[in-house]
Amino acid sequence: MITPPPVNWLSLLPGLILTVTGLLILFWDLWMKPEERRLLAWLGFIGFVAAGIVSVLLWGRNESAFNGMLALDAYALFFNVIFCVVGAMTILMSVHYLETVEIQPGEYYALLLFATVGMVVMAAATDLIVIFLGLETMSIAVYVLAGMWIRRLQSSEAALKYFLLGAFASGFFLYGIALLYGATGSVQLDKIATAATTGGVSSLFLVGIALLIVGFGFKVAAAPFHVWTPDVYEGAPTTVTAFMAVGVKAAAFAAFARVFLHTFGSLHAEWEGILWVLAVLTMTVGNITALVQRNIKRMLAYSSIAHAGYLLIAMVAGRDLGGAALLYYLVAYGVMTLGAFGVVLAVGRQGEPNEEVSDYIGLGLRYPVLGAAMTVFMLSLTGVPPLVGFTGKFYIFSAAVQAGYIWLAVLGVLNSVISAYYYIRVVVNMYMYEEGGKTIEALSARPALVTAILLAAVATVFMGVFPSASISLAKESFLPPG
Amino acid sequence: MVSAVVFIPLCAALILLFIPREEEEITRRVAFGATVLTFLLSLLLLVEFQSDTADFQFVERFSWIEDFGIQYAVGIDGISLFLVLLTTLLMPLVILSSWDDIHKRVKEYLFFFLLLETGMIGTFVALDLFLFYVFWEVVLIPMSFLIGIWGGPRRIYAALKFLLYTMVGSLLMLVAILYLAYLHHAQYGTVTFDLLQLHKLTIPPETQIWLFAAFALSFAIKVPLFPLHTWLPDAHVEAPTGGSVILAGVLLKMGTYGFLRFAMPLFPAAAHAAVPVIMALAVIGIIYGALVAMVQPDLKKLVAYSSVSHLGFVMLGLFAFNVEGVEGALYQMLNHGLSTGALFFLVGVIYERRHTRLISDYGGLWKQVPVYAAVFLVVLLSSIGLPGLNGFVGEFLILLGAFGANPWAGVLGVSGVVLGAVYMLWMYQRVMFGPLRHVENTKLTDLSRREVAVFVPLLALMLVMGMYPKPFLIRMEKSVEATLARIQLARPLPDPTTPGVERAGDRDAIQEVSHSATD
Repeated sequence: MITPPPVNWLSLLPGLILTVTGLLILFWDLWMKPEERRLLAWLGFIGFVAAGIVSVLLWGRNESAFNGMLALDAYALFFNVIFCVVGAMTILMSVHYLETVEIQPGEYYALLLFATVGMVVMAAATDLIVIFLGLETMSIAVYVLAGMWIRRLQSSEAALKYFLLGAFASGFFLYGIALLYGATGSVQLDKIATAATTGGVSSLFLVGIALLIVGFGFKVAAAPFHVWTPDVYEGAPTTVTAFMAVGVKAAAFAAFARVFLHTFGSLHAEWEGILWVLAVLTMTVGNITALVQRNIKRMLAYSSIAHAGYLLIAMVAGRDLGGAALLYYLVAYGVMTLGAFGVVLAVGRQGEPNEEVSDYIGLGLRYPVLGAAMTVFMLSLTGVPPLVGFTGKFYIFSAAVQAGYIWLAVLGVLNSVISAYYYIRVVVNMYMYEEGGKTIEALSARPALVTAILLAAVATVFMGVFPSASISLAKESFLPPG
Repeated sequence: MVSAVVFIPLCAALILLFIPREEEEITRRVAFGATVLTFLLSLLLLVEFQSDTADFQFVERFSWIEDFGIQYAVGIDGISLFLVLLTTLLMPLVILSSWDDIHKRVKEYLFFFLLLETGMIGTFVALDLFLFYVFWEVVLIPMSFLIGIWGGPRRIYAALKFLLYTMVGSLLMLVAILYLAYLHHAQYGTVTFDLLQLHKLTIPPETQIWLFAAFALSFAIKVPLFPLHTWLPDAHVEAPTGGSVILAGVLLKMGTYGFLRFAMPLFPAAAHAAVPVIMALAVIGIIYGALVAMVQPDLKKLVAYSSVSHLGFVMLGLFAFNVEGVEGALYQMLNHGLSTGALFFLVGVIYERRHTRLISDYGGLWKQVPVYAAVFLVVLLSSIGLPGLNGFVGEFLILLGAFGANPWAGVLGVSGVVLGAVYMLWMYQRVMFGPLRHVENTKLTDLSRREVAVFVPLLALMLVMGMYPKPFLIRMEKSVEATLARIQLARPLPDPTTPGVERAGDRDAIQEVSHSATD
């Protein structure tokens, strides 16, 4: 008789909570009256909050499950909290939005939760196959989410495009795993790490690493694997775009950094060159292309590419500081990007998306609070002190300078200047032009959405002025490599 | 106490947010009250300031971001003292002058000015490079808003140009700051952004050149040093009156202050190596600014280009690397703040009445608005450095210093003084004298009481600083000497003469000169 290995349920708890909530939503949806469907949102919200709280309570534990395939360490918990906050914020932003774009809430919230389960698995995985499982769980849910705006043709296009290119990326990723298995005889991260330090590095090994970079590159939207991003971000429902830009990117970076900074940490010299080039390419392509965008969702899509570039700088810098900087920046980026998408949602209305940057003309004067919040997000994305975006960049460039990548830091700051132009343009439109745009009569800002925007704005300012706590947290969460 | 001076405007700005938009009068009073309070507190700093030490005074230090050894550290020495005072003095005047001038979105206007004040004062008192950088960048945003919302027809272009120009420089400086912090880590084992700790670093000369270049670029854009000045005419011309006053009066000084506080003492070897380049650019700026100012048909543009010329003098003084030059430069920074600030106020006054700034639209105003013309004359004479007024003391010291360092620079600098007199007096002649050709000008009213209140403190200071510079210079002296001592350490060839004695004598001579000139 085969005895199944003992299961460490504790390490699965956050993911389990999310899964169960998702299933509950699916079943409840069947019996629910259509007008009560809003309750599903709150159920999902509670699920995210509960999972987040459990992750916080588990802080300090170091569990391992399934024979070392999953780990519930500080690193995974840190990301769990990010994912749960992103999920909860997405729900806050979705409640009213789903009604305006006529998306079925049941499936939508369930998929949101399932995608997050995938993310949680990715952050906790210590085995390449499990990472792949998480990646697919997340991706398949997000493919569907991207296409849920049935009335909009671009939404279907986005889903298809994302699916096809995502499938390719998965293929590369799997091929990479296969080659690494061939080179080292294992798919477990710690065994691969041992093989890398003791057995020397074969070309098979290196090709495997390169293929993993391609796979991750797709998911984090690093140039030149970014071409899907603008179309998908523009076509998908805006809440899903926000979820993708922040959650999916964070999850991909979670796995990316665990594999490269921990497992392949000793091979830093082998891959830093590739990532160096990718980082510069990603920042530059993202920022320069963002300059000419007229649609704010596309602009934010390219901006998210550019920010992936800054995050890659942290990867290149590596070591403790680079890893901690990466974690910190993901939080910073998440907060300000969610906020910016929240404002985009508030400005759009049924049948009138108001997604052109020129639609923002005069907005800051008519809606002072919304305008101020958007200004905070845009300035923070630019990296103006004392906002969280600046602290994040400061952290990343510190790591780069400390590790001796002065030129990378210089290219990074020059890119920030380029980005200033298109972020500030939104602010300029909101405040400095007096006429020329269309007048937006009313906002679709409902309490839930307003709460999300204000929370993001307060976090952006507060974490920028008092960054100590979040910096220490990021530092503790990043395990020293090796 | 320093922190109070820094943050009172910020608190007032936050209070403004809660005042209803319609209550314009209350908004203005709150803002004005806050700036006056800030000014009074800063006077207290002046009173308690010890002039017999080069150390930083009123120092406050708290740990801010522990993981990076970043502190909230502020303090004042002889270099920053008067710059803080200049800022706190100009702010209430700016708000006073906007009372009749700005009617569009008053609340936001004042909000941005108060934010700006916190940024500016913070820049002058920060002793931690990270903190300094934060304040330095904070200044940019409200200024861009002020230009972009309340400015002239090309305001958006000007605001963006100002923002992007300054940002390029400052971000490169950020990398250099980080490099310094990690160099400290390499040499002493801790990461720190504390200016005084960073003074201890031994930096190889080649590295110094790079770091100096990064800092200098940032500061030179702000000064602005030729050929990085192109943002300045646009920003000045488009900005509202108050914005121009602060831009010229304080923001430009942040650049020269940055050189004196950071770039020169941190990288002395590089600073010495850069002397020929910077002196040359300063002299070109002096002459070029004056020549371009001469042919401007627009009053505001003329004043803007005169700033390029005057700031060239300041740079010349700083890079003379002697006590006269540096003290003269510091003094001239204050002078320029007063006189150019006043000139922008004056242009604003007349623009507000006539909605034109073209010199050719005026003429013969002397009879129509005598008080205005008289005030204008005093300000103008201060600006061109007439003995007995403040400008003379600064320019004289700078030229003395420049001659000591490099006679050629001194000779060329003097030509700038002459040119300055030419374009200013010629402008005055065209605006004030001759027949009153334009009918519209016959309706011009003279200065209102509120406007007089703006000019009185400025004129008084011009006279005081012109006739009795000693109390100012004496407070600067120790700090300037200490800074110079740091820079001289890296001097390639030590001066064989005994500079201390001679120079002290020289300064007495100047004071006598300025006294006798006024008698």
